Amino acid sequence: MGIQINKMDTTITNNFKSEEYFINMGPQHPATHGVLRLLLTIDGEIIKKVEPDLGYIHRSIEKMCERDSYQQIVHLTDRMDYLSSHINNEAVCLTVENALQLEIPDRVKVIRTIIDELTRIASHTLWWGVMGMDVGALTTYFYGFRDREMINDIFEETCGARLTMNYNIPGGLMYDIHPNFVKRTKEFIAHFKTKLPEYDTLLSGNIIFQKRMKGIGILSKEDAISFGASGPVGRGSGYSCDVRKHHPYSAFDKVTFNEVLKTEGDTFARYQVRILEMWESLSIIEQLIDNIPDGEYKVATNAVIKLPEGEYYEKVETARGELGVYIISTGTKNPYRMKFRSPGFSNLSLLNHIAVGGKIGDLVATMATLDLVIPDIDR
Amino acid sequence: MPEAIASIVEMVLIAVVYLAIFAVAGLYLVLLERRVAAWFQLRLGPNRVGYQGLLQTMADALKLVSKELTVTIKADKFLYNLAPYFVIVTALMALSLFPFSKEFQAFDINIGIFFLTSISSIGVIGILLAGWSSNNKFSLIGAMRSGVQTISYELSVGLSLLTMVVMTGSLQLSQIVEVQKSGWLIVQGHIPAMIAFCIFMIAGTAETNRAPFDLVEAESELGAGFHTEYSGMKFAYFFLAEFINMFIIAAIATTVFFGAYLSPFGITESIPLLGVFWFLAKTLVLVFLMMWFRWTFPRLRIDQLLVLEWKYLLPLNLMNLVLMALMVLLGLTIKF
Amino acid sequence: MSYFSDIYHAVKTLLTGMSVTGKYFLHSRKGAITQQYPDNRDTLKMFERFRGEVVMPHDENNEHRCTGCQKCELACPNGSIEIIWDRQIDPTTGKKKKMIDQHIYHLGMCTMCSLCIEACPTDAIKWAQNFENSVYDRTYLTRVLNKPGSKLMPGVED
Repeated sequence: MGIQINKMDTTITNNFKSEEYFINMGPQHPATHGVLRLLLTIDGEIIKKVEPDLGYIHRSIEKMCERDSYQQIVHLTDRMDYLSSHINNEAVCLTVENALQLEIPDRVKVIRTIIDELTRIASHTLWWGVMGMDVGALTTYFYGFRDREMINDIFEETCGARLTMNYNIPGGLMYDIHPNFVKRTKEFIAHFKTKLPEYDTLLSGNIIFQKRMKGIGILSKEDAISFGASGPVGRGSGYSCDVRKHHPYSAFDKVTFNEVLKTEGDTFARYQVRILEMWESLSIIEQLIDNIPDGEYKVATNAVIKLPEGEYYEKVETARGELGVYIISTGTKNPYRMKFRSPGFSNLSLLNHIAVGGKIGDLVATMATLDLVIPDIDR
Repeated sequence: MPEAIASIVEMVLIAVVYLAIFAVAGLYLVLLERRVAAWFQLRLGPNRVGYQGLLQTMADALKLVSKELTVTIKADKFLYNLAPYFVIVTALMALSLFPFSKEFQAFDINIGIFFLTSISSIGVIGILLAGWSSNNKFSLIGAMRSGVQTISYELSVGLSLLTMVVMTGSLQLSQIVEVQKSGWLIVQGHIPAMIAFCIFMIAGTAETNRAPFDLVEAESELGAGFHTEYSGMKFAYFFLAEFINMFIIAAIATTVFFGAYLSPFGITESIPLLGVFWFLAKTLVLVFLMMWFRWTFPRLRIDQLLVLEWKYLLPLNLMNLVLMALMVLLGLTIKF
Repeated sequence: MSYFSDIYHAVKTLLTGMSVTGKYFLHSRKGAITQQYPDNRDTLKMFERFRGEVVMPHDENNEHRCTGCQKCELACPNGSIEIIWDRQIDPTTGKKKKMIDQHIYHLGMCTMCSLCIEACPTDAIKWAQNFENSVYDRTYLTRVLNKPGSKLMPGVED
């Protein structure tokens, strides 16, 4: 606490005028999507400076990975960005499989892609619901969750869990998909196609919502590249950064889909990118769901996996952006060092740049479109 | 007993009866809002406590009464304790004017409408005092926003009611209802009256700090706005006052636009006390409309809210007033 | 004149938004997605793969399939399983053999990752679907999975 006070004094005394004051959007706050503390310096309603303070949910996942075997590491990554947990698991499994140079059967790749896209839709519906709640339309939360419940049922039937699924293992999947998987997914697609236009009618077309979102929090393409923004945040500013297109993994090179790009860079552009991404995900699932190839659902590996000595890196596209997994191995059964490049961390660093000069209401809307999940930032 | 004491006793009795009825009615409005909100959101509301949840707010009221009344250390004690009373007293005072039926009107003053708008202006002092004396930055921001909002939208409320007074020629509420015996005012003054009704509903929702204008207590931005530091009975006063204000706005709209206790086409005028039922039915429909606004629309930012008032609603109101005056002058109103 | 067309457009979008919530309000009885939980316990059926709690099934002779090989203890990431074993004389062959005494499972620490069930070579443990596991005393969350007096089912060793 003493160190904290010194830090505040040196950064703010330089230009802290008497009519500005200092507010703490503290760790417990309905709008910060987790435990994030923002130190705001404001003048009336205009924001002069935003300083995020992280670390409230740091659980030393990377350190714990140094004493776990590779199958055990996968279950820890579920809890980093819990809304795209399957994609996190897949990232670690892909790194290990590429390091061991295992040949993964096509069935596994297709099933992983389908569940990836279902996870992405689940994460975006939750984001949409919470976005409405943050700007004040409180019913959108429930409509988003109603659609997410169908996806959770699909996961529960196949994987056994709704949120932290732990269904991938290095070498394939833990068990084969349930016989009802294909039927349920098709029902979900039919249901969701009638609901997505309703999302537009209720929220995107609303004049109040558009006035709150257009022209706010503008991020130029050069700034997006230099801050390292990825995912829908980068694509809303025109920066083409979709890992599924540039470095395809699993079955993404076999499907055709568009990369959604918008050039305005304001919050409404980022909002539209995510809504259109949901349409793209639906089309990817439709292309794959009828053609799941037959075959094995896993490749046998040793019970104790040892990666050869060296450094390995893989990146995947989670619902938030680009997640990178970096393993340094010295040939033993635990990694020497494991580092995750989390998308939320780079996206959060933009906040000071784009929120300064706006009002507090704009800050809330901007943070909602950055789609931060704090456990992802604070691993 | 002498005349003065008898009239004072009569006033006290009527006041106690009104307090009892409307305190309970306020609680049931809260329950109605919770169930209506739940039906909009694809879920069931509170339906366990009592049959269909009718005892839920009783349980909530008991809980609020039994809570500890906290005071923050540096808060200005006198103002902190005084603030809720401004809000609840003005809300209850305004209830005395409404003509629930031909016989049921507690206070029929000859400046009826003017009295109503001035009473609601006093309520804003309570909010400002609450925000300032809590010694909390969030409360202060919320209270300042509310002050600006209420002062701006009072203009629209007053002007739209004035548009209807042009047709009735009197500010007294019972006179207004008399004029509506030849057709409800929204029918008599067709186009300008409908525009005035729309503007009145928007401005009335803003007066009571309800969504989409509820950035005063914007839960996802500031915690709870100006009543963050209140707990127990004082919080209950703020909470209840919001719902009673909503009822008052709907009741004003019913009286001025929809012919308070008159039945449509005069079908049941002969039955003496049925007027109360018509009044409550019309008011509840308007309350439902305000709830529908709350659960559908996002919130407006403070500068957008002020732009709405000063650049859109006020010019429209003035144009509407001139239009209505022309119509009355040329005798173009519809009368049955 | 764009002043008036702005106002008309704004009002139109607001009314279409209201029609969506209004439609849900009218169908609220059928569309409600709430499950009335404590009342529907009789008809509530979880999926068969649902991860509730790890149990060890015993057959009617009070026999289980756990050989005490400790593979689940090694696979568990955070030490929720402790195996207490002993070397005893096996009655049939007369040689010393590793036999299980207690299979302790800490439900309070388990993350339901399913690695122990995948690692078990004899299918001794499996998932049960009960999720109402809260207790008033934390010591009740430490469970012993093999029942007292039970022994290994014959024929599992191979």
